[in-house]
Amino acid sequence: MTSITNRVQSFLILAVLWVFSQNASAQMFDMRRGVTDMSQRVQSLHHLIFGICVVVGAIVFIVMFYSIIAHRRSKHPEPAKFHESTAVEVVWTLIPTLILIGAAVPATMTLIDIEDNSDADLTVLITASQWKWHYQYVEAGIGFYSNLTTPLEQINNVDPKGEYYLLEVDNPLVLPTNLKVRFLTTSDDVIHSWWVPDFAVKQDAIPGFINEAWTRVNTPGVYRGQCTELCGMNHAFMPVVVEVRSEEDFLSWIDDQRLANELAGEAAVAARSRDWTMAELMPMGEDVFLTHCATCHQPDGMGQGIKYPALAGGVIPTGPVEAHLERVMNGLAETEMQAWAPQLSDLELAAVITYERNAWGNDTGDVVQPLTVYSAR
Amino acid sequence: MIAHAENIPRGRHPLVQFIARWVLTTNHKEIGTLYLCLSFTLFMIAGAMAMLFRLELAQPGLQFVTANFYNQTVTLHGLIMVFGAVMPAFVGLANWMIPMMIGAPDMALPRLNNFSFWILPFAFFMLLSTLFMEGGAPNFGWTLYAPLSTTYGPPSTDFLIFGIHLMGISSVLGAINIIVTIFNLRAPGMTLMKMPLFVWTWLITAFLLIMVMPVLAGAVTMMLTDRHFGTSFFSAAGGGDPLLFQHVFWFFGHPEVYILILPGFGIASQIIPTFSRKKLFGYRSMVYATVSIAILSFIVWGHHMFATGMPLVAELFFMYATMLIAIPTGVKVFNWVATMWRGSLTFETPMLFALGFVVMFTIGGLSGLMLAIVPADFQYHDTFFVVAHLHYVLYPGAIFATMGAVYYWLPKWTGNMYNERLGKIHFWIAVVGLNVTFFPMHFVGLAGMPRRIVDYSLPFSDLNLVSSIGAGFLGLSQLLFLYIVVQTIRGGEKATDQVWEGAEGLEWTIPSPAPHHTFETPPHVE
Amino acid sequence: MTDSRDRQRKHTALLLLVAVGMFGFAFALVPLYNVFCELTGINGKTSGQAAVSVQTSPILEREVTIQFLAHVGRGMPWEFRPMESRLRVRLGEVNETRFYVRNHANQAVTGQAVPSVAPGLAARYLHKIECFCFTQQTLEAGEEMEMLVKFYMGVDLPADINTLSLSYALFPVTVAQTTGLEIDRDSSDITSAAHEEHSGS
Repeated sequence: MTSITNRVQSFLILAVLWVFSQNASAQMFDMRRGVTDMSQRVQSLHHLIFGICVVVGAIVFIVMFYSIIAHRRSKHPEPAKFHESTAVEVVWTLIPTLILIGAAVPATMTLIDIEDNSDADLTVLITASQWKWHYQYVEAGIGFYSNLTTPLEQINNVDPKGEYYLLEVDNPLVLPTNLKVRFLTTSDDVIHSWWVPDFAVKQDAIPGFINEAWTRVNTPGVYRGQCTELCGMNHAFMPVVVEVRSEEDFLSWIDDQRLANELAGEAAVAARSRDWTMAELMPMGEDVFLTHCATCHQPDGMGQGIKYPALAGGVIPTGPVEAHLERVMNGLAETEMQAWAPQLSDLELAAVITYERNAWGNDTGDVVQPLTVYSAR
Repeated sequence: MIAHAENIPRGRHPLVQFIARWVLTTNHKEIGTLYLCLSFTLFMIAGAMAMLFRLELAQPGLQFVTANFYNQTVTLHGLIMVFGAVMPAFVGLANWMIPMMIGAPDMALPRLNNFSFWILPFAFFMLLSTLFMEGGAPNFGWTLYAPLSTTYGPPSTDFLIFGIHLMGISSVLGAINIIVTIFNLRAPGMTLMKMPLFVWTWLITAFLLIMVMPVLAGAVTMMLTDRHFGTSFFSAAGGGDPLLFQHVFWFFGHPEVYILILPGFGIASQIIPTFSRKKLFGYRSMVYATVSIAILSFIVWGHHMFATGMPLVAELFFMYATMLIAIPTGVKVFNWVATMWRGSLTFETPMLFALGFVVMFTIGGLSGLMLAIVPADFQYHDTFFVVAHLHYVLYPGAIFATMGAVYYWLPKWTGNMYNERLGKIHFWIAVVGLNVTFFPMHFVGLAGMPRRIVDYSLPFSDLNLVSSIGAGFLGLSQLLFLYIVVQTIRGGEKATDQVWEGAEGLEWTIPSPAPHHTFETPPHVE
Repeated sequence: MTDSRDRQRKHTALLLLVAVGMFGFAFALVPLYNVFCELTGINGKTSGQAAVSVQTSPILEREVTIQFLAHVGRGMPWEFRPMESRLRVRLGEVNETRFYVRNHANQAVTGQAVPSVAPGLAARYLHKIECFCFTQQTLEAGEEMEMLVKFYMGVDLPADINTLSLSYALFPVTVAQTTGLEIDRDSSDITSAAHEEHSGS
C-alpha cells in the first residue's frame, strides 16, 4: 500500500514535468527573473525561501514515509510506548525559529530597498478605471489612455488567437532605461492593481488615494502584465504593456507626443469649425460605440439589466441633448458610467452621441456637432 | 428538557411525523446529521460551480459563461465553501462527537442547537436565490472588497449581507453552545487536559468564532449602511476609506482561516494515534500550539494586504508575525510524525485521509511561509499561486479531515462498516485529483497569471487544461463518497462497539450504532 | 443540578456579551483605524484640521520638492488642475499654491476635495494652515475659482524623503451627503430605463 503511495506520487510528478518539458523551458516553473535589479533580487529571495521549504518538506516527508514503510503493522507489530519528550519539542521549536530568522534577514533588507521611493528621475501617475489604464507623465505634462486591443472575435473564438492575446494595448506606457521611475497609482472607481512581473512591481490603485512604487529597468524591450485585483466584469481584459526604450529614444518619444498633442489640437479646431452631417457622423459614431460602449451597453444597445441600462429607447438618449452630453462627458458618480470627456475628442463624442440618438430606432433626428461638445467642455 | 422523538403526537401522516421529527429535534446526534447533510449538499453546489468555471478556464477564450457570470460563480463558490460546506460540517461533527467524547448526555443548550441549525437553510436559500435576481448574484469575490461590493455591487448584494448576518448568528450560537457544553457537561474525572484533541481544537475554534463572526457582521453592516443609508465608511468621496474594509474584513478573515483548519487538526490528532496504535505524541504541546496559533491569528491579518501600499513598518510587523505562526504549525506536523514513529501502522481509509491531510497541508503551509515574505509576495499576491496555496491548505485541512472523520466515525453512527475497498479508491481518486488540479496552479501563478480572471493569455493554456482535468476527477470522487455513505447507512457488515482496535476514548465505549441517548448517567474517567 | 443550570446560564450570557461586544468592536475599528493611519501614514491621509500657523521652529536650509496632482471624480463636471505642477520648498517655511477649478455644468455644484500624500509617511509632516479641502466648495454654473492651499513642511521630515506628491481627488458632494434623495433620482432614472427596456422588447 505505502510503496504504492510513493510510486504514484513520484510518477505523477515526473509525468507532469515530462509533459511540460516538451513545449516549455524550465523557466515555466520558476518565478520570472525580470529585467530590474529588484526583480532579480526578489527572484533570488524566492529561490532561497523555496529552497528552505523544499528541504524542510523533504525532511518531514522522508521521516514520515520511512515510518509509513518501516513501522507498518506487518513489519512492526508491537507499537512503542513513548508519547512525550520535552527535549525533542524544544529542538523542533528552536530549529525552525533559527531558519525563519535566516529567511527574515534578507527579506527585510530587500523590502527596505523596495520601499525606498526617493530620488526618482521621473514620476508617472497611473490612474485605473474599469477597465483601462491612464498614464500621466507628471513632469512632461502628457498623458493618455491604454486600452486592450485584442479583438472580440479572438476572445469569442471566431478568429485564431494572436501571440499576445489579451496582453496587447493601443498605447503602451513608454519608459526610459536606467532612470529611476516613480509610479503613483490611483483609481477612478474600484480598486485595481498595476502589475508588471518583470519589474516585480505590484501596487494597488485605490480610489481617492495615491500609492507609490518605483522601478529602474536595465534592458529595453516590451514587458507585459495585468490588473491583479478583481475589478468587475472585465477584470481579465485590462493588460499592462510597458515599452522600455533607451533614454535618448524616450526623450524623442516625449517630443513626438507633444507634437501629436498639438496636431490633435489643430484637428479639433478644424473639426469644430464646420458642420457635420448625420451621414458622416453615424458610421464614425458606431465605431466609437463598439470600441468603448458596447461592452456594457451591448452592440444592439439593449444593455444588460439594471446596471447597464438599455440605450435603445432609453431615457437619456431620447431625452434632451444637454443631459445626454452631460452624462456621456462627465459620467455618473457611484456607477460604472465613466466620464468620457477626457478620453474622447470632440468629434468622437459628437459622433457617438449622434449615433446613440439615432440608432436602434431612437430616431430623434438630432445631429450633435463637435462645436457643441467643445463648448460643453 | 430534551425533546424525544417519541414525544411527537402519533396518528398523523407518516410524512408529517418525519418532517416534525427532524424540524423539531433537539437531539445532538440528529442535529449533527442535519448539519452534515446540509454541508454536503452545499459542498456539491459550490463544487458544481467550481466545475463550471474550471470548464471555462480549460481553454483560453470565452466558451461557456460570460465574464460577469464567471465572477458570480467564483464569489459564490468561495462563500458557500467557507460558510456552507466547511463550517457546518465541523459543527455537525462537533454536535455528534463532543457530547460522546466528554461523556455528556447532549449539548448544554439543545433548543438553541435546533435554532442555530435551522437558521442556516434560510441563509443559504437567500444567498443562492441571488443567482436568479435581476443584475445577478454578487460578483466581487468572497472577500467582498469595497467599493466593488458597495457602490458598484449588484442589488442582490443586500441578500448576501443578510445571509451573512444569519450565518453569523448561527455560528455564534453554535459556538456558545459548544463552549458551554465543554465547560459544564464533562463527565467526572474528564479534566480539561484529558479531553480528546478534537474537543480541544473545537473549544478554541468556538472562541475564535465568537470573537470574529461579529466583526464580519459589523463589516457587512457597514457595507449595508454605505449602500443605503448615506454613510461612507468605505468611500473616499464621503471621507471614508476603501482600505478600512479590507482591514476589518481580514481582522475577521485570518482567524476565520484557522476556524476552517483547527477542527481538522483535531480530527487528525484523533485518527493518527488510532491507526498507529500509539498515544498522541506531545499532547500538551499540541494544545499549547493550537492556543498560540489562535492568538497569533489575530495579529497577522495585514499579510493579505501587502500590495495595498502599507507603510514599511507595518509590512515588517505582519511579515514577522506571519512567520511566527509557522512555528506552532510546524510543532503540530512534527508531533503527528512522531506519533506515527515506531507505532504499528495500518492504513484504513480514515488513516489515508489523515495522512493525505498531513502531507498536503504541509505543502500548503510551506507555500504560506513563502507568501509571508513581503518582497516575494509582491509577485505572488493575487495570482494563481495564492489559489494553489489556499486550496492546498483548505482542501486537505477541511475537506480531507472531514471525510476522514466521516469514515472514522460512520461505523459508530450507523452501526455498519463502510466498504473499505471503495473508501480507498475514493481516497486515491481524490488525492490524485487534488494534486493534478492545484499543483499546476503554483506554476501558472509564478508565470504571472492573476486569479479571478475569466480568460487568460496563451502561455498559461497547457497548465490550465491540466488543472481542469484534475478538477473533473476531484468532482467525480465526491459522487463516490456519497455512494459509499448511503450504502453504509443502508446496511453492511456490522460494526463492533470498539470499531477500531487502536481507538481510545469514551465514544468507543457505547454501542454501535450509538443509541438515541447516551451517557444519561455520566461515565467515570480515570 | 440547579447550580450547574445557573452556571450554564452565566456562561451563555457571558459569551453572548462577548459576541455583542465584538460586533461593537468592529465599529470601534473605524476610529482606531484612523488613529492607526495617522501614526503610520496609510493612504497618506492628511489631517482634516488646520495647523496653527505660529512658527515654533526655525526654517531649515533643507529643501524638498512637492508635486501637486488633481483628480476629478466621476460625475463631477468640473475642470480641476494645479496652477503650479511642483514647488521647491524649505522645511519650516510657509508656502502657498493654488488650484484652478471651473464648473462646466448648467447648475450650481458642490464638491469636496480629498487629499492624499505619497509617501504616506510624509503626510504627518505636511501641515496645512489653509486648505480648500477643509470645507466643501460650491460653484455656480460656469463659475471659476482659484483655490488656496497654505502649508509648511515639518522640520523633522525624515531625511530619506526628498520628493512628495500631494494629490486632491474632487468628488461631487450630493451623492454622499443626501443619499436618500439622490439615489432615488438615480435609481428612478435607471429603473425607468430598465422599464423601457422591457416594454421595448
